Amino acid sequence: MIRRLLLRMVAPLDGFLLTLLAALMAVGLVVLYSASDQHLDKVTSQLMNMVVALGLMWVVASIPPQHLMRLALPTYVLGLALLLAVALFGDISHGARRWLNIGVGRIQPSELMKIAMPLMLAWYFDKNEATLRLKDYAIAALLLIAPVGLIAKQPDLGTALLISASGFYVLFLAGLSWRILLGLAVAFGASLPVLWSVLHDYQRQRILTLLDPSQDPLGAGYHTIQSTIALGSGGALGKGWLKGTQAHLDFLPERTTDFIFAVFGEEFGLIGNLLLLLLFLALIGRGLMIAANARDLFSRLLAGGITLTFFTYAFVNMGMVSGILPVVGVPLPLISYGGTSMVTVLVGFGILMSIHAHRKLVKT
Amino acid sequence: MKHRAELKNEQRELHFFRIRLVVGAVFAVLMFALLASRFFYVQVLQHGHYSTLAENNRISIVPIVPNRGLILDRNGVVLAHNYSAYTLEITPSKVDDLDATIESLAALVEITGKDRKRFKKLLEESHNFESLPIRTRLNEYEVARFSVNRYRFPGVDIKARLFRHYPQGETISHVVGYIGRINDADLDRIEDSEDSANYRGSDHIGKIGLEQSYEKELHGITGFEQVETDAGGRAVRTLARTPPVSGNNLTLYLDSRLQEVAEKAFGEYRGALVAIEPKTGGVLAFVSKPGFDPNLFVDGIDPANWQALNNSPDKPLINRGLRGAYPPGSTFKPFMAMAGLELGKRTPSYTIHDPGYFMLPGSSHRYRDWKVGGHGAVDLRRSIVISCDTYYYGLANDLGPDNIYNFISQFGFGRKTGIDLDGEVPGLLPSRAWKMKRYKQKWYAGDTISVGIGQGYNLATPLQLAVATSALANDGVTNRPQLVKSIEDARSGAVSMLQPQSLFRLALKPENLELVKGAMVDVTRPGGTAAQAGMNALYPIAGKTGTAQVIAIKQTEKYVESRVSERNRDHALFIAFAPADDPKIAVAVLVENGGHGGTTAAPIARKVLDYYLLGKLPDAPTLVQDAATEEPDHD
Repeated sequence: MIRRLLLRMVAPLDGFLLTLLAALMAVGLVVLYSASDQHLDKVTSQLMNMVVALGLMWVVASIPPQHLMRLALPTYVLGLALLLAVALFGDISHGARRWLNIGVGRIQPSELMKIAMPLMLAWYFDKNEATLRLKDYAIAALLLIAPVGLIAKQPDLGTALLISASGFYVLFLAGLSWRILLGLAVAFGASLPVLWSVLHDYQRQRILTLLDPSQDPLGAGYHTIQSTIALGSGGALGKGWLKGTQAHLDFLPERTTDFIFAVFGEEFGLIGNLLLLLLFLALIGRGLMIAANARDLFSRLLAGGITLTFFTYAFVNMGMVSGILPVVGVPLPLISYGGTSMVTVLVGFGILMSIHAHRKLVKT
Repeated sequence: MKHRAELKNEQRELHFFRIRLVVGAVFAVLMFALLASRFFYVQVLQHGHYSTLAENNRISIVPIVPNRGLILDRNGVVLAHNYSAYTLEITPSKVDDLDATIESLAALVEITGKDRKRFKKLLEESHNFESLPIRTRLNEYEVARFSVNRYRFPGVDIKARLFRHYPQGETISHVVGYIGRINDADLDRIEDSEDSANYRGSDHIGKIGLEQSYEKELHGITGFEQVETDAGGRAVRTLARTPPVSGNNLTLYLDSRLQEVAEKAFGEYRGALVAIEPKTGGVLAFVSKPGFDPNLFVDGIDPANWQALNNSPDKPLINRGLRGAYPPGSTFKPFMAMAGLELGKRTPSYTIHDPGYFMLPGSSHRYRDWKVGGHGAVDLRRSIVISCDTYYYGLANDLGPDNIYNFISQFGFGRKTGIDLDGEVPGLLPSRAWKMKRYKQKWYAGDTISVGIGQGYNLATPLQLAVATSALANDGVTNRPQLVKSIEDARSGAVSMLQPQSLFRLALKPENLELVKGAMVDVTRPGGTAAQAGMNALYPIAGKTGTAQVIAIKQTEKYVESRVSERNRDHALFIAFAPADDPKIAVAVLVENGGHGGTTAAPIARKVLDYYLLGKLPDAPTLVQDAATEEPDHD
């Protein structure tokens, strides 16, 4: 009896995904221990973050996709309203207005949007499945641009770009025609000079610095230079766990959060990096499989969108640490220290699990 | 059939979707391959290069904060300078248990409750990697005690830092202002400016006063030092050094001794005084009473002192000269007189018979003169000397609001003077358009009447009054008021004068100017409203008294000072320039709740003029007789 109940409760959890997630989180804790100068309390607090996030994942995994579908519009509207509230009354910290004080604590509504965006667009395309025309793509694009614009204005360019990516993936998977895609690419290229002119000085600096980090060794180039040195000095085999000098001599900024991958790469070398890439790829592959086998358009688009967004996060973070992308302040999913990102990522995987558990068509 | 078609359709759709998924998967694999090749490049091909760099990373680059520029008065008296002292600093991110660390530090070095509170406040406002002072100004003994025990305190260090000090304390505090620790709002501004690299290492920035408005000049250019560090990150030796460039020194027009004389002259009164050199626009004295000790703010003010300053009903933190807008009262009359003469609405000989009140045609409302029963026959000269309200009620009515606005605004009323301090308020010179916009009401004839004597909606800052007075003294030509006279380049020692900028240039008829100025001279002579203050002056003083109502008195009531609570008493004003025939100084004085301009404000101006023109320090407080014998100026 109890066994059956337990079995039913764990039924929606996908063993394969869970194993990969656990492996990556374990890697995360191991690196964090080193990155935090062997402060166990930081590891414990991250472990707590993981427990909470896993719990939420479980809850989400138990909600059937049809119910998730009903949450799409309210979640999106709530997210948009909160972003508006941030723009009007948000707290300013470090020069950006990203936080909203809600009495008990501060929340960052752009995090909610990371889930709400693919959810909303997947719901929107599913609803208009029968009559999909250019107009629908235009409306979908508007649904995407509104929150992205608000986030970009905070200013949080990194998150804005990532959320646009997540929305774009859904549009792409929903069948946006190649011609339009090509047109968009051309339009984007043409609008670069305009974009450049509206960027803040420090944002421009970051992009210029990417082209030549040595230009500004103390300023924007510092992060990139130091993290690349960390990776490069790690070599093929790495310096060994707890033995990275870059990390421990305090040269590496934000080494438990956005730049934790540099610590990993320094200590575990190319071998470690490739293994990490494989773990991430396996997760992404599994996510895309789930999308391919999902039972309706909503589930397919959502699963595909979430998976590709996850890929983008990992890619952008590792690209930024290894110096091929500008510094945009994106954590490495499942590895970087921090509760918010952990929750967002695992809730995303919870959705994937729910879609997987309900993959079979229950058609008559 | 239909069902099958639908199924088939779904199959096709799924097929297309899967193609897109494959495209996505291929994209992901390609991007990861890009990463992998980057890793290979960095970690295998360039491994040697980066290993060397990592080895050399024992060398870190440390910013060296430049010396902040000095602020000096016109005679070279130091108003703001720096001194070096030891501070005990904690980097919170490197300390596990802050409270315990502070507890054990307190055993070595005295740490007061105030220090702790201030540290807590700094901690709340701080950024990730900053080190924050727990104690400032350590003595040699304390430095030695900590140094011996330093190994016990990772993340705690003694640093030699430069401190800003304001030797004059409260004197000139509103002008010089102060620096304070860089907060989030400052950081935001710095990040968005081209100066951000220059502030790496700086933890102070000008917050108010000249320290704020001349921040760019005063800050200097940050230098850098390449330092070899040991495994613990502590500096072992210096390898290369780009020295910092000190900030530039400011020399003011202001005379700190004159300022001191002026501040003392206020006694316990609140108020403001602005003195300007008419020829240049240079500000000779700029008083706002009460002041505050700017030294309190430099290392972060402790909560108790902050509460005391911020909550005081005297509002010592407000710069009244710059930000206090008051009705100009009768000091407005010389400008009104100029308007009447220049616009041809009055001739010098035009005389009214003042019954003690003025009535608009077709109205029974009596606009009362301050003198019950009236002044009798009053021409323009006498209207200024005795400050006759009735004369100006009629003049205002004849001019009308548009003429008044257009003429008077030329003297700078209602807009910022552009002085080199931030936060100036524009005051208010009312117009029909303003009233419609502000109150959605049309202009009434009665509005004009009260504007004519500087009451009603009229508001001016003491600075504006001083500028207008200076313009009158200088026959309608004046420069933008300027505190800083010259800037000394710290590197070359070259002194560059700041070129005065013309503020306005009015074409006024010499005979009209002569008449109004002459009448203002008579104000300080026997029979004038400031005769007491002008007594025995060795040079001619042109002046005008004023009184600004704080509360409205009903038609049927009479204002009796003793019956009105202290804070509702009238504000006293006085504008003056001297010597009247060749003005060297123009001054505007405002005494909050001081009563009559002639009794409280004018004597303050006299002391300032005496000191500036004769070098005469005021004697022991001279008791001004109650002005009952001299007619006080009261509207």
